[in-house]
Amino acid sequence: MNRTQRIAAMAVSALAVGVLAAGCGGSGDDSSDGKVTLRVNLFGKFGYKDLYKQFEAEHPGVKIVESAEGDLGKYNTKLSQQIAANAAAGDVVAIEEGQTVNFLQSADKFVNLQDHGYADIKADYLPYVADAATTADGKTTIGLGTDVGGLAMCYRRDLFEKAGLPVEREEVAKLWPTWQDFIATGEKFQQGINDPKVHFIDAATNTYNSILMQGSKETYFDRDNKLVVDSNPAVKNAWDLSTEMVDAGLSAKLVAFSDEWNAGFKNGAFATVACPAWMTGTIKGNAGDALAGKWDIATVPGGSGNWGGSWLAVPKSSKHQKEAIELIKFLSSKTGQMGAFESEGRLPSLPALYDTPELKDAKNDYFNNAPTGQLFVAGARNLEPVYLGAKNVPVRDAFENVLRSVENGQRSQADGWKEAIKAAQKAAK
Amino acid sequence: MAKTEARVAPYAFVSPFFIVFAIFGFFPLVYTLWVSLHDWSLLAGNQGFVGLANYRELMHDTDFWRAMTNTIGIFVLATVPQLILATVLAQVLNSKLRARTFWRMGVLLPNVTSVAAVGIIFGLIFARDYGIVNWALGTIGLDPIDWQGHRWSSWLAISVMVDWRWTGYNALILLASLQAVPKELYEAARIDGASAWRQFWSITVPMLRPTIIFVSIVATIGGIQLFTEPLLFGSGINAIAGGSTGQFQTVAMYLVQQAFTGQRFGYASTVAWVLFLLIAVFAIINVALLRRIKSVD
Repeated sequence: MNRTQRIAAMAVSALAVGVLAAGCGGSGDDSSDGKVTLRVNLFGKFGYKDLYKQFEAEHPGVKIVESAEGDLGKYNTKLSQQIAANAAAGDVVAIEEGQTVNFLQSADKFVNLQDHGYADIKADYLPYVADAATTADGKTTIGLGTDVGGLAMCYRRDLFEKAGLPVEREEVAKLWPTWQDFIATGEKFQQGINDPKVHFIDAATNTYNSILMQGSKETYFDRDNKLVVDSNPAVKNAWDLSTEMVDAGLSAKLVAFSDEWNAGFKNGAFATVACPAWMTGTIKGNAGDALAGKWDIATVPGGSGNWGGSWLAVPKSSKHQKEAIELIKFLSSKTGQMGAFESEGRLPSLPALYDTPELKDAKNDYFNNAPTGQLFVAGARNLEPVYLGAKNVPVRDAFENVLRSVENGQRSQADGWKEAIKAAQKAAK
Repeated sequence: MAKTEARVAPYAFVSPFFIVFAIFGFFPLVYTLWVSLHDWSLLAGNQGFVGLANYRELMHDTDFWRAMTNTIGIFVLATVPQLILATVLAQVLNSKLRARTFWRMGVLLPNVTSVAAVGIIFGLIFARDYGIVNWALGTIGLDPIDWQGHRWSSWLAISVMVDWRWTGYNALILLASLQAVPKELYEAARIDGASAWRQFWSITVPMLRPTIIFVSIVATIGGIQLFTEPLLFGSGINAIAGGSTGQFQTVAMYLVQQAFTGQRFGYASTVAWVLFLLIAVFAIINVALLRRIKSVD
């Protein structure tokens, strides 16, 4: 190697280090040529595709790129990492109900919407939706509500018929005013269908969460963030009812949102699914066109309930905050929420929409023309805010896991309850 | 001038590795140690110095020890057959086969497949209700197995997944070093009437010793850090818990669960440090054991 080659080689290695270091500085800013790319990070299906087109048409030079993670747990992990590191979270991120309290702990990492005209639109939202994304001192609001999880019960008409149960949604609703009635109906269903491969419910955890979220203003934590699992009767009640369903052999014992659960829809492994408004999109996607019209929707035992719902936020790490704020205002506006309802069945969090004919008279042809507007709106109007502590997710995960172990026969119900409390106390640390 | 250059040049050549290692290896290592001495919430930040409290808690954390048992169990179940199979495979690939390059490329294919795809496919193969393995068991009159439901069956399924992915990779590395073995040794052995099996044990294995040590260490590090395969094996809600009683949760999964679901960054850092120490111990045990394989002189 002669001298020139040596110098060249040294230069190359020095350059390599330089390039690597520059690579850490993040992607280049693309606004210099007048084009702005907004990155939207979501989980699951929000149904925003047409809305993006509309927004892009109204804002020349803005391009929207969506990335959607199907797995909520994975999404939350990644988002927590990105927010904690104050980097790369995207220009718009979705925050799921269970995580809002969590992200409020680092409210300084999000754009405070109160500095951007939040006062003018706050009153449009269901009060608890507005409060949930605002810090306790009321000074910082990190997200705008998109949808709420007004609850109903989705069921398979054809399987009900086979089992000798009524199939019309008004009659089906009469079968289960309470969860005890629901269990009794389930027992009749199992007898009537007489097929070990078909069960009444998909998973004990889904029913458990539905019961828990309709039973109380708080679940695992009180408003002082003290763990109250063993003293809150709502938790025990949800536990007892769902383990009773397990004992009665009603559950298909699937892990909710797993590949097998997804396959279970196509294979007709279960006849009912607790059904927040957004679940209609999930069912349609999983069950496929072949089962169109075989699904229907009735009211949920207990009348109403709440499961899920999301907020859109702009992380401070966004380089295009102005455009991003405009975008989340648009997506959570009447137009935006109506669009999401039409494409994915997501129930708006703007009560003003509940009286519009578009929502009130909305029907879903996949679900045998069920009047989804009426069904879900009725539930949504009565929604009570449920307080979820900062450690809600780990405690819920711990509880669900023990419930699944009881469901799988790995533990007895009594052992399970003790174990669940122990696991909750550990997870709440 | 030229002299200085000659002295500096080698350091300049190796410097990128050390600079990158300092940034992405050494600094995180030390910082993790620092974080592990604190009560540190991921989003709320540092909640104060707690000394060795996290380490003390970890010693009595039954969930951690269960995850440790799972990790070591899956590691042994996956790595031992994997390395034996890879060595045999390397020997076969080194013999006179038709379309040799095709076979050699072929064994590497599972490794270039995206691990996410592998996880999904194997998750479906070992699925409880509609899995192909249970279907096959059914056709010969056996009861279906809830592969995720038991410790042994979930370990087995995950080990199969790991082996499928890494056996070919290790076989190719072993093959490369096998080709450096002098042919005369085999010829001499043949003349002495040694069987193929005897040749394998008395020539191939001893000659491959350094490479076997290398692949074992790499496999050990990978095995102890095992994360993606068991995570993807249990899809759906709370997959990070590795089954309803944590029957296939590995230490790496427990770490991520503590950090990002539990929001306990300090505690997760403690797990990370113990994991690091464990890998070091395992690597040393590995080398010590493999040293005992006799070398041919």
